[in-house]
Amino acid sequence: MGDKADVWQGTLALMVLKTLEMMGPLHGYGIARRIEQTSGDLLILNYGTLYPALLKLEQEGAIEAEWGTSANNRKAKFYNLTRAGRKQLATEARNWEQTTTILARFLSPTDGPA
Amino acid sequence: MKRLRVLMRRLAGIVPSACREQELAAEIDSHLQMHIDDNLRAGMTPEEARRQAMVTLGGVETTKQAYRDQSTVPFVETILQDLRFGVRQLRRNPGFTMTAILMLAVGMGASVAIFAFVDAALIKPLPYLNPTRLVDVTESVALFGPANLSYPDYLDWKKNNTVFSSMDVYTGAGYMLPSAKGSELVPGMRVTDGFFRTLGITPVLGRDFYAGEDLPSAPKTVMLSYAVWQKRYAGRKDVIGQTVALSGVPYTIVGVLPQSFQFARRNNAEFWTTFHAAGSCDLRRSCHSLLGVARLKDGVTIQAARADMKTIAQQLERVYPDSNRGQGASVMALSEAFVGDIRPILLTLLGGAGLLLLIACVNVASLLLVRSENRRREIAVRGALGASRARLSRQFITEGLLLVAIGSLLGVASAFGGIRLLLHLLSKDMMRRMPYFDVLGLNFRVMAFAGGVAVLAAIVFSLTPMLRLSVMNVREGLAEGARGSAGVLWRRLGSHLVVVELAIAIVLLVSAGLLGKSFYRLLHVDLGFQPDHLATLSVALPEVQYAKEEQQTLVARQIIDKVSALPGVKSAAITTVLPVSGNGNTDWIRFVGRPYDGKHIEINDREVSPGYFTTIQARLLRGRYFTDEEDKTKPRVVVINEAFAKKYFPGEDPLGKSFGGTDLSPKSMRRIIGIVEDVKEASLDRETWPTEYQSYNQNPDTFYNLVVRTSQAEQSVLPSLSATIGRIDPGIGTVDEATMIERINDSQTAYLHRSSAWLVGGFAVLALLLGVMGLYGVIAYSVGQRTREIGVRMALGAQRSTVYRLILTEAGWLTGWGILTGMICAVGAGTLMRSLLFETVAWDATTLLTVSTVLAAAAMLASYIPARRAASVNPVEALRAE
Repeated sequence: MGDKADVWQGTLALMVLKTLEMMGPLHGYGIARRIEQTSGDLLILNYGTLYPALLKLEQEGAIEAEWGTSANNRKAKFYNLTRAGRKQLATEARNWEQTTTILARFLSPTDGPA
Repeated sequence: MKRLRVLMRRLAGIVPSACREQELAAEIDSHLQMHIDDNLRAGMTPEEARRQAMVTLGGVETTKQAYRDQSTVPFVETILQDLRFGVRQLRRNPGFTMTAILMLAVGMGASVAIFAFVDAALIKPLPYLNPTRLVDVTESVALFGPANLSYPDYLDWKKNNTVFSSMDVYTGAGYMLPSAKGSELVPGMRVTDGFFRTLGITPVLGRDFYAGEDLPSAPKTVMLSYAVWQKRYAGRKDVIGQTVALSGVPYTIVGVLPQSFQFARRNNAEFWTTFHAAGSCDLRRSCHSLLGVARLKDGVTIQAARADMKTIAQQLERVYPDSNRGQGASVMALSEAFVGDIRPILLTLLGGAGLLLLIACVNVASLLLVRSENRRREIAVRGALGASRARLSRQFITEGLLLVAIGSLLGVASAFGGIRLLLHLLSKDMMRRMPYFDVLGLNFRVMAFAGGVAVLAAIVFSLTPMLRLSVMNVREGLAEGARGSAGVLWRRLGSHLVVVELAIAIVLLVSAGLLGKSFYRLLHVDLGFQPDHLATLSVALPEVQYAKEEQQTLVARQIIDKVSALPGVKSAAITTVLPVSGNGNTDWIRFVGRPYDGKHIEINDREVSPGYFTTIQARLLRGRYFTDEEDKTKPRVVVINEAFAKKYFPGEDPLGKSFGGTDLSPKSMRRIIGIVEDVKEASLDRETWPTEYQSYNQNPDTFYNLVVRTSQAEQSVLPSLSATIGRIDPGIGTVDEATMIERINDSQTAYLHRSSAWLVGGFAVLALLLGVMGLYGVIAYSVGQRTREIGVRMALGAQRSTVYRLILTEAGWLTGWGILTGMICAVGAGTLMRSLLFETVAWDATTLLTVSTVLAAAAMLASYIPARRAASVNPVEALRAE
């Protein structure tokens, strides 16, 4: 367990948005599984924490929800990215890339221009 | 933007929704099912599959709660929870809730309503520019303090002072205008040129008076009050430059005053004219008819201004000893001069209302104590189930706030009604003298006061049960029927509160009693004449047409004859000043053959027709009244009152003695022919000064009052009076028709005494009710607590009478302490408001005795009910009960 990382505050929303962009409409359980898989099982996700995050995104208008039927024929609430959500994803992804680039330069200065 | 949207959504989420809960449950359920399906497919046993799903989710309830927290605002949500619980608690106990809310509302309502009046009269600044720099400036005399100014003195004061940036004078005037009935006397004011500039008032239309426009040489000009501009000129803009004939003299209209302009000294004045000194009075230094208003220079205090004026007055005394001997100076804040008599009354009423509020709060606090005592177990259970002390406290605070909020809302609403009601009680005449009550309402300061009271009440009501909470011990609370130290503590505190309540009730009752007695004494003061069946009317002769004294006496005789001949009229007479209208209108005299040091001998002076004394039914002590033949051609004669005889002829017979003006000129000499018992010339609560009555026929005037003795109801005669005068000459103005009884009852003195007696009386009755309810509460609670003890006593053979005695002794002690404390405080309170008492002392024995008897009786009645319950306790049941 020691080498698995907890999800950082704030990054969960970004992961959810990216997942929805990649997969299209998906229910909460599916999103949780997908995030774990994408992380190569490096992340441990407390599935319960996903739901308040989904609600918050819904309140922000980034996603919308609709009841539907899952692949295994179970009733489930499906979340879908809205137009505002796509915009938010784009912005946040860019921000995140910038942050990581900057941090990467700090952490491995030898790679920098001499 | 996004944050706002989230906040709105979350706030909307506060409204509880069953639908949302169901959806959440369904979503979590579907999540678990899908996870379990996957786990089963991975080969787990059903139990393991379920367990794993739950673990990964992190607990169903935890998830749901996290979700709910996101869907609403948790802090608000808990408050709402507390509120809902609070409302439920209050509704479960409607008796308590209603009583507490009503008590609060009554206390709040009374104090906020009275405060609105206090605010309007005493706190709200006067509606002038920098009103705190304005002062009232008058001369003052030893006999009655601040008095009027004379015009020559004013000119010297204005010229010589170093403390005022401007100083002006004003005096009331009456102008005759043609009306449907003949002539109408309309109120006006004569002011010097800078009057409005001193106040900082600019006209809404036209211009202010020019400097020097008030001099006799300048053309006569007038400014209209806003109301008159609307009423008589329909608000037309072209009135400026028009001419209006006031008492037959043409004046040019130069301006219109703002609608908001008010001047308490004579607020109904319709025409504001320039002063134009003229006539016998204005230019005479000894004729005092003006009042002054001045603006202090920057940095000058009222004390400094007063000192400066006193110095100038002393100089004038030396230069003009004849006219100015004894004429000092008075300078006070204009607001103080305007408010005058009603300050002590308002403060007394505010004090009364405050005490009522206090008693109401104490009562509610003790009710809350009882309730928290009864909720011991509930609190203990909640504590045992893990509610923190803070959470429990918050519950109490919420409940306290809820009570205060509802009570305050009701209180402010009832205050609003109370203000309207009190305003209706004010007579038109009173309102005219108190224009600051025109705009009475729930303004910012009044609401702040209400808010402050509410906050204080809220603090008290949330702290009281918490006090209880802090001494409580969960284990003790849970133990059924346990009597811990807490019960004793509460009983002591509760008893003390009741003593306070009863003491306050006593203070209010005694105050009401004293004020009531003063009012009774006031209305039954010996007037020296018969006020019933007297009709009165003021008459003003146009000065131009009736310039000659012969004309004045002639028309006065005509009026008296014609009015006397009216059906239902027994006799008619005239006097220049009506009885009970106040001391003043004085004359300076000097006695023949007595040393005279120049110090003014000042007496009331009235001119009356020969039939005056018989008409008002005064009582002649010695000598005789005037005869109709005694006119200008005969030597002057005078009737004096008893006070005059006692003061200036002690141990002598005044009949036949003579006195004259300060110069003892032959023209002024008059001989005393009669002495009447004192007719109340002063206002009801004042001593009548020495008074001389001269014959109107020897000393006529253009303004006087008709006094008519009727055989039928005096009201029925009133309308025919002005009509009769109008038939003699439509140019004669008449005003203020009223019966003598109305005049007395509506006089400011009577009004103030009446209103304070009734209002404090009302407060006192409420206080008695609240206090006795408080006592009942304490005794009933004590009986409830001691049921078991009483049962044991009775089982051991105690008689019912012993039980009665037990309970009534407890009540008796509390009542006794309450009465004792109350009496001491009441005498103190009575001493504080002694300026409102009339021929009544603060320690009036009958009032104190009556009040204590009433309170003791009410208290015994209140404790008899629980005592009876105690005495009828069935010992078997009582012992089994717990």
